[in-house]
Amino acid sequence: MSVTEGEGIVIVGAGHAGGSCAAFLRQYGFTGPITLIGEEPVAPYQRPPLSKAWLKGEADAASLALRPESFYAENQIALRLNARVERIDRAGKAIVLGGGQTLPYDRLILATGRRARRIPLPGIDLEGVLELRTAADADRLKAALSSPGKRLAVIGGGYIGLEAAASARALGAEAVVIEKETRVLARVARETLSTFFQAYHRAKGVVFELGAGVAAIEGERGQAVGVRLSDGRLIDADAVLVGVGAVANDELAKDAGLETDNGVVVDLLCRTADPAIYAIGDCTRRPLPHYDRIGHLESVPNALEQAKQVASAFTLRPPPAHEVPWFWSDQYDLKLQIAGLPHDATEIVVRGDPAPTLGGARFAVFHLTADHKVQAVEAINAPPEFMAGKQLIQSRKPVAPDKLADLSISMKEVAA
Amino acid sequence: MPTIIYIDHAGTERPIEVKTGLTVMEGAIKHNVPGIDADCGGACACATCHVYVDPDWTDKVGSASAMEESMLDFAEGVEPNSRLSCQIKVTDDLDGLRVTTPESQH
Repeated sequence: MSVTEGEGIVIVGAGHAGGSCAAFLRQYGFTGPITLIGEEPVAPYQRPPLSKAWLKGEADAASLALRPESFYAENQIALRLNARVERIDRAGKAIVLGGGQTLPYDRLILATGRRARRIPLPGIDLEGVLELRTAADADRLKAALSSPGKRLAVIGGGYIGLEAAASARALGAEAVVIEKETRVLARVARETLSTFFQAYHRAKGVVFELGAGVAAIEGERGQAVGVRLSDGRLIDADAVLVGVGAVANDELAKDAGLETDNGVVVDLLCRTADPAIYAIGDCTRRPLPHYDRIGHLESVPNALEQAKQVASAFTLRPPPAHEVPWFWSDQYDLKLQIAGLPHDATEIVVRGDPAPTLGGARFAVFHLTADHKVQAVEAINAPPEFMAGKQLIQSRKPVAPDKLADLSISMKEVAA
Repeated sequence: MPTIIYIDHAGTERPIEVKTGLTVMEGAIKHNVPGIDADCGGACACATCHVYVDPDWTDKVGSASAMEESMLDFAEGVEPNSRLSCQIKVTDDLDGLRVTTPESQH
């Protein structure tokens, strides 16, 4: 069956948001042309397993793929891989591709995602200096850790760094995490959680250099051999993973005169100021309805929610509800689930014991406003606390802190 | 390949051949079957792949783990035959399995 390109919906970015949006459009009955353009050589896939199951060799390409290869042709979705969009011609309602070819659109959806932040560091271009964003990145990291006894240095103690360190340990590699703040997860979590993760990772053999500046990555014959700290010490490494956050791929929008602010600025329905152009997923800067502010959400749930917003709008379905933001991470046998954002929280309630006992760790940290509404919950191996916390964030129902901390009262009762 | 029959809230049946080893959730997502969201991709972290297992099949499918139970506890419209479809691995024994999706996963 031939697939018509252009003059329908053109989606730039074939990640989780773009790929899901194309699928939802078909699921919701959109019959016009859909073109999905991706820079990577592979069809849309799931990124979260890259630092976990994929790195450990527990997932294959088929399970990583969002949909099977055949799905796109079967659903008349023109999938263009290895293709880069150079610019948007808003007046002509067309995009210009790398080779100079233009592709017209009725409606354009930007789903360009984020890319790993690069830091200007001597030695950053050496072989063996890696980032972790794409499947190709993950393959390089996997190859670097392929034989036991390899040493991985991670610059940045965020989720990517910690998940990679955990996977490296599972593969029999040594792992050193270098973080400039005095605790890991400093940007995204409170102290209780940072302390817990540090202790847990240490017990699993991960070494931390906290409050440590990086002066350079040292190399020999073009290959990275270690990380030179600001205090002069050298951390030996066979591979260096740089995981220091991500920046929005918002240049296309910016160059086309659309508003950007480390992300394409959109409203709750994913609209930009141009009625023909929408943006979804990690690349957006969006209103956060539960928190009366704007921000960006780097998460699969956000990518899916925004993909559904746009697909619903184009097929005249009622828009989906705005969900409480949530995130998850797996490290060793730990399941971390986070709901909400800790904005405007003045009180912390810990339910359970945050001591890092190996096997059996289970607790949750609730972030409350002054009037005892739950703003966020961070739950370790504690699904009821996560689920109830998420419902409480949505309902805005105040809770008594002493009840929340009391393990003899079930979360169902607390949330009721 | 075993066939899984996905039935949506309105009663529409969609028989789908699913490779053994995949989960009932993955079978739905990969074939764009509506009604299962699976926001977390199968990490048992979100309870958005909730299904009702046909009562004739509940014994063969088995019961939920403690982790799954505690997630299901907070899902909408939970019944005794509720399961998270990301936790049901497709085997040859499940050929013909019938699962119904709820009206909403959120």
